[in-house]
Amino acid sequence: MTSRLHINRAHLLRQLKQMLRIRRFEEKCAELYALEKIRGFLHLYIGEEAIAVGVMSVLSADDQVVATYREHGHALARGVSMGSVLSEMYGRTTGCSRGRGGSMHLFDRATHFYGGNAIVGGGLPLATGLALANKKMQRTALTACFFGEGAVAEGEFHESLNLAALWQLPVLFICENNNYAMGTALTLSESETNIARKADSYGIAAAQVDGMNVVDVEAATLEATEYIHTQQKPYLLECKTYRFRGHSSFDSQLYREKEEVALWEEKGPVRQLVQWMRNNSHLLDSELDDIEKDVDKEIQAAVRFAEAGEWEPVEDLSRDVYSPRQTHR
Amino acid sequence: MASETMSYREALRAGLEEALNQDPRVFLMGEDVGRYGGCYAVSKGLLAQFGAERIIDTPLCESGFVGVGIGAALGGMRPIVEVMTVNFSLLAMDQIVNTAATLRHMSGGQFHVPLVIRMACGAGRQLAAQHSHSWENFYAHIPGLKVLSPATHSDARYMLGQALADPNPVLIFEHVMLLNEPGTVPDKPDAPMETALIRRPGTDISLITYGGNLPKALTAAEQLQQDGISAEVVDLRCLRPLDKPTLLNSVRKTHRAVLIDEGWQTGSLAGEISAIIMEDGFWSLDAPVRRVCSAEVPIPYPRHLEQAALPQVEQIVTTAKAVMEGR
Ligand SMILES: Cc1ncc(C[n+]2csc(CCOP(=O)(O)OP(=O)(O)O)c2C)c(N)n1
Repeated sequence: MTSRLHINRAHLLRQLKQMLRIRRFEEKCAELYALEKIRGFLHLYIGEEAIAVGVMSVLSADDQVVATYREHGHALARGVSMGSVLSEMYGRTTGCSRGRGGSMHLFDRATHFYGGNAIVGGGLPLATGLALANKKMQRTALTACFFGEGAVAEGEFHESLNLAALWQLPVLFICENNNYAMGTALTLSESETNIARKADSYGIAAAQVDGMNVVDVEAATLEATEYIHTQQKPYLLECKTYRFRGHSSFDSQLYREKEEVALWEEKGPVRQLVQWMRNNSHLLDSELDDIEKDVDKEIQAAVRFAEAGEWEPVEDLSRDVYSPRQTHR
Repeated sequence: MASETMSYREALRAGLEEALNQDPRVFLMGEDVGRYGGCYAVSKGLLAQFGAERIIDTPLCESGFVGVGIGAALGGMRPIVEVMTVNFSLLAMDQIVNTAATLRHMSGGQFHVPLVIRMACGAGRQLAAQHSHSWENFYAHIPGLKVLSPATHSDARYMLGQALADPNPVLIFEHVMLLNEPGTVPDKPDAPMETALIRRPGTDISLITYGGNLPKALTAAEQLQQDGISAEVVDLRCLRPLDKPTLLNSVRKTHRAVLIDEGWQTGSLAGEISAIIMEDGFWSLDAPVRRVCSAEVPIPYPRHLEQAALPQVEQIVTTAKAVMEGR
């Protein structure tokens, strides 16, 4: 195990808080969706928080992040402000994408957050290209690319892995394997259900990790990034996880049993960490209360911020279709 | 004639059920058509009724399973392939355009592809750019394909059967904003699938449209009526091949035309129809043809901007009046 990993109490408290920020934020989003403040599709990350938090805590500020349509957690963990994320879901100009993208298209240049892609598998070639640019421009940054196990069936997955390996690109592929692509279980979509093993055939190093355990995810990510930096090669991390909610707001969940969901909820990342910390006397009830209160305050402020955001005037409809020449460097 | 009331979604499902019951070679294949119940719940219940051999959930591999559908059709089956939405069909475009559309021709008529591909289409649900674009025009551009746009409950119910009876690859576009609408379904199809229909007769101006914009055109026609303008509404129904005689006859009668198309104006199907009218109906025109299309912008997420980007009743009315006044 690597030298840089310092799992002390303070760090665990921070990780717990990050996960709770995502959890409570999304619970709020579900409410706001019911109130029709948020529209379109809403894909909740609840249950999968340990992955975003574990991975992001290892990445450097220069690394790029490519996400999917289930990306609120990635954005928050990456440091995109909660207010600008929520404003985006409201469709206000104060949103991180000026309101033009909504829930599935969070973008943030300042944190190198490259979206928010609603085409399954679409982010993989993009991330590979960002990594190519890093290599050609001799930057030390790497590109982290999140995708679901459903994306593994798309050609983009295979084409990207091949190119990344062939050209030895510094890209970290992170498969969030929650076992379902909408209503299609992994066993019904893949002949080989071990996704890490798929990396083998491209000569890409890979590992599987318990995506419900934030410490494991962080440790595995650290190992992966050190490998990428020292070897100048891609790496694939498969995180085993589960989404506790439906695929989106329109899912009647005909494809899985309630008992199965309950079983996974037992292993939930927040619950697990709280339990472990308590059992080892690392967490006082008052500390947990304080965290919850902080998070609640942050969420309330985000809601106020989003509510106060401006609607873009209709006269601006056709802005940002083309870039003016001066922005090209 | 006996008719039934149901939602557009139920009409589509009734068409699927009939197709599956009538021909054992028919099967439905696509992402989440089975266990999930269909992305837009069109195929809900069909898995229980017909089993996993005939209601086939595929992995996420549009190019792969559409291509497999083409192969199965070549092999004598009658596949109905569902691509969740036309947005994702771009990943399968190579198979549709380079293979399905060309095989008959390239093989000198030896092979043909009796495949039906169904896709949801259209904007209006605040799903932002990657889920809202209208690509029907892309497919209507391709010789070798037939492209259907069921705008009514009757067409939702019967066009699938007509498409399956056709020996060519047929694409059916189902506009998502129609799915929940109730309507009546007669006991037999309105017309052969390649015929355009006059959905509302009129004498002053032709509103030519298809799919999700037909209800908007009909509403606009009613409003125009209140101002003493008699608008005829033409439902294209089939975007390739286009039923030129029907639309030209309408223009010859009314001498004016407004085209309504959810695609972007530049390079649109509306542009093609305008050219047809210019080439073959120019001397019957009393005013230039006008178009109501989507604004030239990737469809934005916020409701007010999305609505501003899409063709609206008010715009159709204003445009029609401008044409009437020779402006
Ligand atoms: C190319 C493409 N095909 C289909 C869809 C519809 N769709 C959106 S999410 C999804 C399931 C993806 O599952 P997975 O990759 O496992 O990610 P998860 O949602 O489980 O996080 C599907 C089928 C899409 N957005 N893009």
